Amino acid sequence: MQQNKILIVDDSEMNRSILADMLSDEYEIIEAEDGIQALAALQKGSGVSLVLLDIVMPNLDGFGVLEAMNHNQWIKDTPVVIISAENSPEHMERAYSLGAADFITRPFDALIVQRRVVNTLLLYAKQKRLVGMVEEQVYARERQGDMMIDILSHIVEFRNGESGLHILHVRTLTDLLLNCLIRKTERYHLTMEDIATISTASALHDIGKIAIDDKILNKPGRLTPEEFAIMKTHAAMGAEMLEKLAEHQEEPLVKRAFEICRWHHERWDGRGYPDGLKEDDIPIAAQVVALADVYDALTSQRVYKPPFSHEQAVQMILNGECGAFNPLLLECLSENAEEVHTALENESGRDLRQKKLRGISLETLKNIDGGASQRTLRLLDRERMKNSFYAALTEAIQFEYTVSPPMVTISSWGARKLGLPEIITNPRQDAALQNLLDTNTWEELSQRLRATTPDHPEVRLPCQIRYDGATRWHRVVTRSLWSDDIEPVFEGALGTVVDIHDTHQKMQELEQKASRDPLTGLLNRASAKEQIELRTENDPGSHFALAELDIDDFKKINDRYGHIFGDEILQELGRRMKSSVRRSDICCRAGGEEFFLFLEYNTDIEKTIDRIWHSLCFEYKGCRVTISMGVALGEMVGLSYDALYRAADLALYKAKQSGKNQYIFYDPTMTGTLSTPSAGGPETES
Amino acid sequence: MTLKECYTALGGDLDDVLARLRSERMVQKFVLKFPEDGSFDLLCDSFAQGNWEDAFRASHTIKGMCQNLSFTALGQSSHDLTEALRGGKKPEADGLLVKVKEDYRRTVEAIEALRASL
Repeated sequence: MQQNKILIVDDSEMNRSILADMLSDEYEIIEAEDGIQALAALQKGSGVSLVLLDIVMPNLDGFGVLEAMNHNQWIKDTPVVIISAENSPEHMERAYSLGAADFITRPFDALIVQRRVVNTLLLYAKQKRLVGMVEEQVYARERQGDMMIDILSHIVEFRNGESGLHILHVRTLTDLLLNCLIRKTERYHLTMEDIATISTASALHDIGKIAIDDKILNKPGRLTPEEFAIMKTHAAMGAEMLEKLAEHQEEPLVKRAFEICRWHHERWDGRGYPDGLKEDDIPIAAQVVALADVYDALTSQRVYKPPFSHEQAVQMILNGECGAFNPLLLECLSENAEEVHTALENESGRDLRQKKLRGISLETLKNIDGGASQRTLRLLDRERMKNSFYAALTEAIQFEYTVSPPMVTISSWGARKLGLPEIITNPRQDAALQNLLDTNTWEELSQRLRATTPDHPEVRLPCQIRYDGATRWHRVVTRSLWSDDIEPVFEGALGTVVDIHDTHQKMQELEQKASRDPLTGLLNRASAKEQIELRTENDPGSHFALAELDIDDFKKINDRYGHIFGDEILQELGRRMKSSVRRSDICCRAGGEEFFLFLEYNTDIEKTIDRIWHSLCFEYKGCRVTISMGVALGEMVGLSYDALYRAADLALYKAKQSGKNQYIFYDPTMTGTLSTPSAGGPETES
Repeated sequence: MTLKECYTALGGDLDDVLARLRSERMVQKFVLKFPEDGSFDLLCDSFAQGNWEDAFRASHTIKGMCQNLSFTALGQSSHDLTEALRGGKKPEADGLLVKVKEDYRRTVEAIEALRASL
């Protein structure tokens, strides 16, 4: 037998080891020093069978642990025995009301601790078994009842010489139509359970045929009017059989079956049999089965007719060739034509039904229990497994951060790669985790996380990460999570970390290889273009702007002060450009007195451009230098270098036309010639 | 010094702890471990710094350990101090800390004497 695992939570090492000594013969022991560690151990789903919990502890006390266990619904499956020196009635009451199973006061007696642990474990094991048994029984009973009905209805079918599928089809159609009907109207007050009952009962619609003479029932040719009259009695006969049942008269299944047997040949306009009921005087169960019966009869082969196609059948029914039906149900049939067709085609009726039944038994259990059932938990487990499998395939490190309790959970592959534990409590105080990034990067990351909103929950941050003795470039992408409250509360974030070192490396090599303009040290046009293309390819989700600028009347400056002075102006402008943008942005001297800037932005680009423009107009040794600038935004013209450059150039042209000494943003109304005729390499004015 | 004499010296109740923990070997093992626990230092430090919350918790931990080991004297004084620190510091806490320090010293001395004679 598997050993039960007991989690001992106490801040005093000695107290923990006394308890561990008492219990370690019979149980596997894990220990936690405080509430946070306890939750981490429970979070891992490590199969803890019982928790021995102290109350007064640092970081998170015992009540906090109980509250979190309630919040996560762990308290139902994992019993908690409080062991505390706090033995005031208020403390005990609070612990019990938070779901503690037992309360042992200090000083404790070894035998009592052992005994109470055993008792609590037994009690919970028994409860779990009981839940399992109820679940199995509900399911088994449904299946058994179903099987009996299957047998019975197949006997009828066998005698009718019909295909064995008719009953199955009618049942599937009934279920489908009813599920559609409840989305359209609440008129019939149908619950999921009602639908299941009606679908099951539909199998009995023709039991009355047992009482019909073989010769009439299986007559290959057309029935005479007399024979047909006898045939018609099967409806009332079936109902009578059910009515005469000695027991089970009150069972919903029997009641529904009675309605179906007696009235499944009634029609909406009152022209059916045996009672000539009209419209909603016909019970809804019978209305639905009548339609399903007719549809399946049309689409199946019979001795007297070939099968009609689905489309033909629906058309015939809608045309009223088989009598009148509830218009709402006809809507359901025609709207779900595709679904009906595939359901029957695949003969998946059985699966569908099994799924439904399972659903109902779960629903019942949920009503008893009020929480997730074992099965739901298993499904969740599988979901988790799937997730970690895909994560391992994509070689992305995945993590989850929760604010309360403060904890980072890393996917197991990622944790191995980083050499970190899978669960890190108090991440801000964790030295190993903090060591991954430098302080500035942490600061930037947390700043950007704080700036997220439910509408803009994502953060993308390229950064260097240190582990395994090396520092490599990665891209961190996070998505923040909020509570469902009206005023959403930040609850944490999901995230992935992807290694982009190799592309990053290439980018840096390119940068080094790239020839720079010798005068200003800025990139030349060709290498700037290359880098811009790499940036936009690598990070298509970001916002980029390209600003082209030109020194106003530079020729006059050269003429008046000389070329050496002119070169100094160009150098000063280059310095100012570099210091007015981020290191990761791109500064270029495209040639002559023409420059451009390529920058990434997150917020207010107009403000940024205004600031840059002002810092690029300056006074140098008594000479006033102004510039004209045209700006193109990637979100407006796309991220291709050519489009950006062309748009910025048009805007620059407009700025010059409008009197220079200004900046202008490109807008689509701008057309015209380019301000610079060529896009060649750098030229010097000399 | 025997375990019995040690308990007498530190003002504890050996019979009581034996009745609860059953084995003399186990009791002795934990008695010898008692001085290793850092709660007393934490209590003194946080008290000196006026960190009443940590002081409360440390005192509470000492009380719990004493209860487990039936260290009656220190158990009582640390219980009194715990109550004087619950929800903030009360005036009598200073005097009670002196008492706890005295009982703690007596307890540790007795335990070290026991260790020396093993």
